[in-house]
Amino acid sequence: MTMAWIWTGMVVLSILCGLALGQGEQVAAAAVEGAQAAVELCVSMAGMLCLWTGVMEVMRRSGLAEKLSRLLRPVLRLLFPQAAEDRRTLDSISANVSANLLGLGNAATPLGIEAVRRMERRSPGRASDEMCTLIVCNTASIQLIPTTVASVRAAAGSGTPFDILPAVWLSSVLSVGVGILACKLLARVWRD
Amino acid sequence: MDLLFAMVVPAILAGVALYGVGKRVDVYGALLQGAGEGLEVLLRIVPALIALMTAVYMLRSSGALGLAAQALAPLLDRVGVPGELLPLMLVRPISGSAALGVGAELMEAYGPDSYLGRVAAVMLGCTETTFYTVAVYFGAVGVSRTRYAIPAALCADLTGFLAAAWAVRLWFGAE
Repeated sequence: MTMAWIWTGMVVLSILCGLALGQGEQVAAAAVEGAQAAVELCVSMAGMLCLWTGVMEVMRRSGLAEKLSRLLRPVLRLLFPQAAEDRRTLDSISANVSANLLGLGNAATPLGIEAVRRMERRSPGRASDEMCTLIVCNTASIQLIPTTVASVRAAAGSGTPFDILPAVWLSSVLSVGVGILACKLLARVWRD
Repeated sequence: MDLLFAMVVPAILAGVALYGVGKRVDVYGALLQGAGEGLEVLLRIVPALIALMTAVYMLRSSGALGLAAQALAPLLDRVGVPGELLPLMLVRPISGSAALGVGAELMEAYGPDSYLGRVAAVMLGCTETTFYTVAVYFGAVGVSRTRYAIPAALCADLTGFLAAAWAVRLWFGAE
């Protein structure tokens, strides 16, 4: 239901604000444009997404995903003790995390969905503590090389677009750390 | 150096293919099967994206984001985040493409190597499109009781924003 409230709130707020500021026509136009832009975005990302799910299938069949998973497993086992009981769930989680590290956002999503789908069997219709932790790991970027941002900087005329890397890493580590900490704290006090 | 970073993706493609062939795996068949599965994933994402982008476009054109920026600017100055960055921080959790657009505008206007331009870039680099991600993940598995996933994720985003300003000051100074 959270998304239902957020979505309704966004639409109502933009109509009220648009009318108050005399931007009613722009809001009306935007309502039509947004849906179209969403489909265009899907079409433009379809190639990359399908290519990377293909590459992941190759990695999975050749045992590479298993190797990567083994590297990440000790840390992830601590974060997801329940999910770790099932090998394939842990595989999906570690493949999701490693895809995020490599900046393959489009590849990370299907893997993460697969992991959440398996975790959901233990808690149907309701987000478990570990599902929340995995979602937070995905909403906080842990990308090692932020190529998109670097290309925007280069386009704006920066001679050294990658000089922000250490600052990005530091900020990412702090952000993910606080996110996981928030999950652990909220898990104790959250009533539902 | 730039070439090195640019070659990361092609190198992964070649590396994975070579490794697979070495392990006697039908690399091409696996690639096609995986790509087909990707298409199914995409179909599941499309509805959420249509709903969210419609709302974001409306919000952006209504001027609501600009109003919020004016209201919160004095508060942000205290923690070393320039008020000009507020629209970026507001848009970032909601729409990735909108955030990239706002960020690119900021970098053009203030220069990519200025304090403001760098903080904008680091903010974009250390956060994700939170609401979109939550919607896609929980939507795909049909979980409607999302509990504290969104509050916790927003804590991480806020930390990322504040850390971005701090980290840029640490490395480049605040000029």
